[in-house]
Amino acid sequence: MTKEEKKTTKKEAKTEKKTSEKKTQDKKRQIVVPGEVIASGKDFLPGDGTRREGDEIIALRHGLLERAEKLIKVIPLGGVYIPRPGNTIIGQVTDLSFNGWFIDLRAPHEGFLPVAECMGYINKKDIGDHFPIGEVLVCKVRGISARNTELTMKDKTCKKLIGGFLIKVNPTRVPRIIGRAGSMVSTIKNETGCSIIVGQNGLIWIKGPNTDAEMLARDAINRIVEKPFIDGLTDHIKEFLDKNKPKEKK
Amino acid sequence: MTLKRPDGRKFDETRKIEAKINVIKRADGSAFFSFGKSKAIAAVYGPKQVIPKHKENPQKALLRCNYDMTPFSVTERKRPGPSRRSKEISHEITKALEPALLLEQFPNTVIDVFIQIIEADASTRCAAVNAAALALAAAGIPMKELVSSVSIGKLDKDLVVDVNKDEEDFTVSKGGKEIKAATDVATAFLSRSEKVSLLHMDGDLTSEELKKALELAKKSCEKISKVQEKTLKEI
Repeated sequence: MTKEEKKTTKKEAKTEKKTSEKKTQDKKRQIVVPGEVIASGKDFLPGDGTRREGDEIIALRHGLLERAEKLIKVIPLGGVYIPRPGNTIIGQVTDLSFNGWFIDLRAPHEGFLPVAECMGYINKKDIGDHFPIGEVLVCKVRGISARNTELTMKDKTCKKLIGGFLIKVNPTRVPRIIGRAGSMVSTIKNETGCSIIVGQNGLIWIKGPNTDAEMLARDAINRIVEKPFIDGLTDHIKEFLDKNKPKEKK
Repeated sequence: MTLKRPDGRKFDETRKIEAKINVIKRADGSAFFSFGKSKAIAAVYGPKQVIPKHKENPQKALLRCNYDMTPFSVTERKRPGPSRRSKEISHEITKALEPALLLEQFPNTVIDVFIQIIEADASTRCAAVNAAALALAAAGIPMKELVSSVSIGKLDKDLVVDVNKDEEDFTVSKGGKEIKAATDVATAFLSRSEKVSLLHMDGDLTSEELKKALELAKKSCEKISKVQEKTLKEI
């Protein structure tokens, strides 16, 4: 009797384990592969990274599947940054022209920032003095033409970066680093006391009160980049920051 | 009489397939693919600016594949650098991958694919196509479907899938002489539409045999594309 009971309890435990495994699997977001049929029927709308072929909606990119009611889209897992109007980016001045600066965005095309798109009066003779080659700027994407990405500095967030340091991350991870309505960045900012600017092109600028704080912020960001699939990542990062904080005080 | 394959495989059995993505940290996308001892590594860079500039196409992106064998990949040292063979295979791979990609989305840019064979045991171009397709997907480049590739050989009268070096050097004795009777058909299929995107035949096959070979290749390409899907999903 007792043996049988034990057996049954074991079985129950096993089934429980299985269900819990399933739950964790459900939590993980679905990854799709190019050419995979995501949905069929006319009830869905194809969004970014998908396409309608006949009755079926197929994925065009390798990434995470996201459904928002009827709209289906794929968030890519890798790849270079493709500029979109309105994006805030961090770029480096690579060349000067008579009416502006060429800026490297880590995108397929070089960016151009005209003098007319800067705040205040700049003498065209002093272009090189205003932003010399190598200067790192926060700008906004104004528009995209066939071969150029036009930039602007006419925004509150745009400025020349002084001090601090830059880290490069995969641009597809930027939305996760920022979090919903900036929740992730603000937790890192609050916990470490650093000022952080995240460019949509995968460049992140960190400046903090001391090196330890800066390093902690960097480690936290690298952690996000490594583990982009977990749900509740903000709490995970909070825990990580809390754990590492007291060590520095010693 | 049916011959046995040198390594004891079934006629429609490929060698052990291994695949991995994101093996090269600094590439935008990369992949490793191997058929037994034939191992290929592919790295994708781009879309990026075209150099030289006159090669730009305002309608679509340029796809540049570069296939090369490392000097230590074969038993006798391979002279490094491009050769007639590697240039031909590079071109072949480019043409095999192009129909699967949506290059119109990135006009005036180039997508560079570098493929290195780190160990060669025949069918390297097939391993290269598979690795490149995985790397392109990992690089987030829009694709209609995946590309999978396999080679078909002939041993005496039997068609076999995924030839290795021993089978590629297959010989027939005729009148006391050893005659090379190697047949090797490299094929690539698009995973969804099941269209042929690469067909390269060395050796002799009748048209009937070629049809059979394509059927055989299609079946094993389906299996390979499943392996590719699996590797892309496991991260």
